[in-house]
Amino acid sequence: MHIAIIGNGISGVTAARFIRKMSDHRITMISAETDYFFSRTALMYIYMGHMRFEDTQPYEPWFWKKNRIDLLKGYVEKIDTDNKELHFRENLSSLKYDKLIIATGSKSNKFGWPGQDLKNVGGLYSYQDLEAMEAASADGINRAIIVGGGLIGIEMAEMFHTRHIPVTFLVRENSYWNNILPAEESQMVNRHIREHGFDLKLETELKEIVDDGTGKVKAVVTNKGETIECKYVGLTAGVSPNIDFLKDSNIETKRGVLVNEYLETNVSDVYAIGDCSEHRNPVEGRRPIEAIWYTGRMMGETLAHTICQQKTKYDPGVWFNSAKFLDIEYQVYGDVQAKMPENYQAIYWEHRDGRKSIRIIYEKDTKVIKGFNLMGVRYRHEVCEKWLKEKTNIETVLKDLSLANFDPEFYKEYEAEVLAIYNQQNGTNLQLKKKRSWNQVFTFLSS
Amino acid sequence: MHFLEKIGITLLIIAFTFFTLSLGLGSYQLTEDSLKISNEYHKKEVLSVAEETGLLNQEYDSRPAFITDFKNVLKASTKNLEAKAADGLPEGVNEWDFKMGDWTYKDYTMYTVKHSTTGMVANNPFLFLLLTFILGAIGVIIHSIPKFMGIAGIKNNHIYQSAMTRGLTLSVRSIMLTATIFGVLVYGIFYLKGNFMWSLITLVVMALITYLVFVKENEKEPDHNPPKSASPDALGWLGLVTGIYLIGFYILLYWSPAYITNWMLITDPVSKMLSGNEASQWFVYGFLYTIVMLVMGLRMIGKYRHNQYQILRTISVIFFQTVFAFTLPEILVRLNYPYYDFKNIWPLNYTFFFDWNLNQLIDSGGLGIFMLVWGIVLVIIGVPLITYFFGKRWYCSWVCGCGGLAETLGDPYRQLSDKSLRAWKFERYIIHGVLVFAVVMTALVLYSYFTGSSNVLFLNSDTVRSWYGFLIGSAFAGVVGTGFYPLMGNRTWCRFGCPLAAYLGLVQRFKSRFRITTNGGQCISCGNCSTYCEMGIDVRAYAQKGQNIVRSSCVGCGVCAAVCPRGVLRLENGSADISSRTTELKTIHITEDQIKLLS
Ligand SMILES: Cc1cc2nc3c(=O)[nH]c(=O)nc-3n(C[C@H](O)[C@H](O)[C@H](O)COP(=O)(O)OP(=O)(O)OC[C@H]3O[C@@H](n4cnc5c(N)ncnc54)[C@H](O)[C@@H]3O)c2cc1C
Ligand code: SF4
Ligand code: SF4
Repeated sequence: MHIAIIGNGISGVTAARFIRKMSDHRITMISAETDYFFSRTALMYIYMGHMRFEDTQPYEPWFWKKNRIDLLKGYVEKIDTDNKELHFRENLSSLKYDKLIIATGSKSNKFGWPGQDLKNVGGLYSYQDLEAMEAASADGINRAIIVGGGLIGIEMAEMFHTRHIPVTFLVRENSYWNNILPAEESQMVNRHIREHGFDLKLETELKEIVDDGTGKVKAVVTNKGETIECKYVGLTAGVSPNIDFLKDSNIETKRGVLVNEYLETNVSDVYAIGDCSEHRNPVEGRRPIEAIWYTGRMMGETLAHTICQQKTKYDPGVWFNSAKFLDIEYQVYGDVQAKMPENYQAIYWEHRDGRKSIRIIYEKDTKVIKGFNLMGVRYRHEVCEKWLKEKTNIETVLKDLSLANFDPEFYKEYEAEVLAIYNQQNGTNLQLKKKRSWNQVFTFLSS
Repeated sequence: MHFLEKIGITLLIIAFTFFTLSLGLGSYQLTEDSLKISNEYHKKEVLSVAEETGLLNQEYDSRPAFITDFKNVLKASTKNLEAKAADGLPEGVNEWDFKMGDWTYKDYTMYTVKHSTTGMVANNPFLFLLLTFILGAIGVIIHSIPKFMGIAGIKNNHIYQSAMTRGLTLSVRSIMLTATIFGVLVYGIFYLKGNFMWSLITLVVMALITYLVFVKENEKEPDHNPPKSASPDALGWLGLVTGIYLIGFYILLYWSPAYITNWMLITDPVSKMLSGNEASQWFVYGFLYTIVMLVMGLRMIGKYRHNQYQILRTISVIFFQTVFAFTLPEILVRLNYPYYDFKNIWPLNYTFFFDWNLNQLIDSGGLGIFMLVWGIVLVIIGVPLITYFFGKRWYCSWVCGCGGLAETLGDPYRQLSDKSLRAWKFERYIIHGVLVFAVVMTALVLYSYFTGSSNVLFLNSDTVRSWYGFLIGSAFAGVVGTGFYPLMGNRTWCRFGCPLAAYLGLVQRFKSRFRITTNGGQCISCGNCSTYCEMGIDVRAYAQKGQNIVRSSCVGCGVCAAVCPRGVLRLENGSADISSRTTELKTIHITEDQIKLLS
């Protein structure tokens, strides 16, 4: 059987790896972006000089040969599902497949702003975007404007900052990423952005990008009528599935490629995974499109099982994610929303330095643990997940809270302070029962 | 660049200039007083030859000329004494005390040159101490101040954009490495006085290892260099210059100390204060080493000031260097005890079982015996036991001097370690090869010690041990170990060469509570951890699978965990799962039972 995979991102690669683990099918992985799989999550580190492009490639070139995963560089222009054939933009002969996996990822959103296609205006998604940033930087940038206060926006801002390029950060909301982060955490990030010296403009939107007469950007105009001179505009107002090339095919799409719980599309033997997929019936509490690394990886793994005769439903399990806002690491487990539902209660602890916090959320009546939100403190995924999965009582969680602490050795632990807040709120007198130790964690996880 | 960084760099460059130029300052004149030969017969002979040839009291401006002429005098004296000995030795004098072997040349020359030097450096040691060591230290400290300012966090900006730290292209690196290896092997023939067998054997062993790595690799790589090898696109010329400077430094230090006697003059006051003796090349080295670790350690602490683990272990290595490696041995010498570094463990301390060391310890009374027992207990019980509890990090990144230098002076270069599978293969052959060499060499030396016979089978234990000292002890540990920081990363010696690391590593791999755990599914495969692993471990390969990292080479520096932007890695000790530390855990997230139910 020949399995063709369009896209060599984390989703496609994970699918390929697991299919190879479980079978001897012929695998061809196609991408127009780069020769080998790289981690786009690390694009920023290349620009900042932390890493070379090679270092962002998780596997050495021999890996693909050894695992008999054929790599094909090319852009798929058309999918002929009737004849099971792919057609390329380049002068490549068409490719026959038996099963097809669409894993084409996302593209940066553009909302029809005047001037959005000028030179030195762009998102940060692909390797080519990075090259464009480098080229613009080589020409000299007096100021960079970042449009959109999400995770990629703040990364882009940090990138320019390390090259001593002044950054203005336009955020539509009245606080950074406050559609996802609870208010305190969002404000913490606001403060942190400003203490790094970025010009953070909240409740400000892009209206127009001004041409300097040579097709390059000269300035932006905001919805408040302000004109800001700049030589680069980063468009980071979210991403959407990269599926334009499917328009004329039989494959059903909405915002993304529509798939069922087995990641199957409406056409048999065609599947979609990762950023480009949209779930018809998402698992409860989950969104139809979740454009993040981890879900792409899980979908790839799940689909590989299905293709290799172990039909498996996609079950992303307990929600988790992580990011880094400049110097503040962020981790989340479970159900943490910007606006907490009425029947939930939160314990929120913040460090004096204003750069660390722990938020633990539980259900008021049942006292069942609901979620963890961490800034500048690391918690252990498996431990939090187990508590959440087993609907553990908040008091049990709190007494064992040290088990979750994942900070390096000798770091100060704040679990007792978190517990004290709960005690104060509830008039209880709980004490930490366990110490942080691998043996304890291991016993807990295998219980 | 921060203005303090500019000031710091400027001071450092000035200090380096003085340091380097000081070697050429002065003139040289051999006098009866400056002839530093303790053996009466040798001294008399050399003096008379020197007088005959006109060297005595003649003033030289050129150091090489002076050294050459003096060496000729030594050679002529050796011949004369040889002839005299043939005519009959003086009453009651041992032949070997009377005759003058060429092994005496190095020390005779070095100390004589040192004392024959007059001029600026010789007259103003304090001034030069200030202009070199102290000014340089101040420079580094000032340069590090900005690391303590601003918001703490991982700041690896521009590392791959700097000509100092970006590393060298594969071709330049290969040329440097090949040149160094051949240089060492050719020099080795002279070192063993024309005995080329050992250079040849070494060459054959290296060819064999290369063959094993390349031919047995099924990784027939496609078009270009393996991406994880440490070669960037552009040449890091500052790194290259630094590497060459360091290599030159070690060559002079080990094999031509007569050229660096001015540094000994500069540090004489310090040495006399500590041990009461004048400074040798080893004192210069120890002093420099300690200062470098102190100031670069400070830089390290600034860089990781948000990270308790890094701060504590940096303080620890600085402490062990200043107290145990530098000060205590000097004080022991002052008190007429043997020079002894309590934390230097065989086989890193490969001279421990040499006859002269054993004799010296045994002859030094209770303390000497204690030192002997301590050294043996550390090897047999200390290393396995502590490594069982904490992993090899207790030594490699908390105690060891080589590790300490790597973690302080070498920190800017940690990203240059090669992460390719091929490098890992080289590593395993070479480091275990060195361990075997160390064990065999020591066994032969001990055999000779107890039986009094140097020849074992076809091997001469004296030759084996001097080849080990030359090849591993000096060339590998020093010239390559430190000289190659800017070329192959800061742990080149620890990773490829150190026999103690190999021993610790075996314990860590097979019987230890230590491992690095990964945080479930949080890894985004970014590669920061692998990039900054100084031991060239592809940490990401484990982390992205949710697998523990149990690798014999991991020195537990904790930097992978520090640089990880997603909080994925944690160094951990625990016995609960000691036998299943390495099992390939969890694939990402689909529960096992679900798969079983459906299939
Ligand atoms: C800067 C940045 C930082 C991020 N940080 C995080 C993070 O911290 N955590 C997190 O969870 N997520 C993060 N993400 C999101 C995450 O990277 C994506 O969710 C993930 O890469 C999606 O993987 P994928 O395999 O679905 O698609 P992609 O990685 O986008 O791969 C799709 C590939 O298919 C190719 N392709 C598309 N169409 C065609 C075609 N027609 N023919 C041939 N090839 C085609 C594309 O060129 C691309 O190479 C980040 C993203 C960016 C850009
Ligand atoms: S794996 Fe981590 S702790 Fe071990 S040597 Fe590498 S960077 Fe240091
Ligand atoms: S463990 Fe951390 S540093 Fe390493 S690849 Fe994963 S996310 Fe990156």
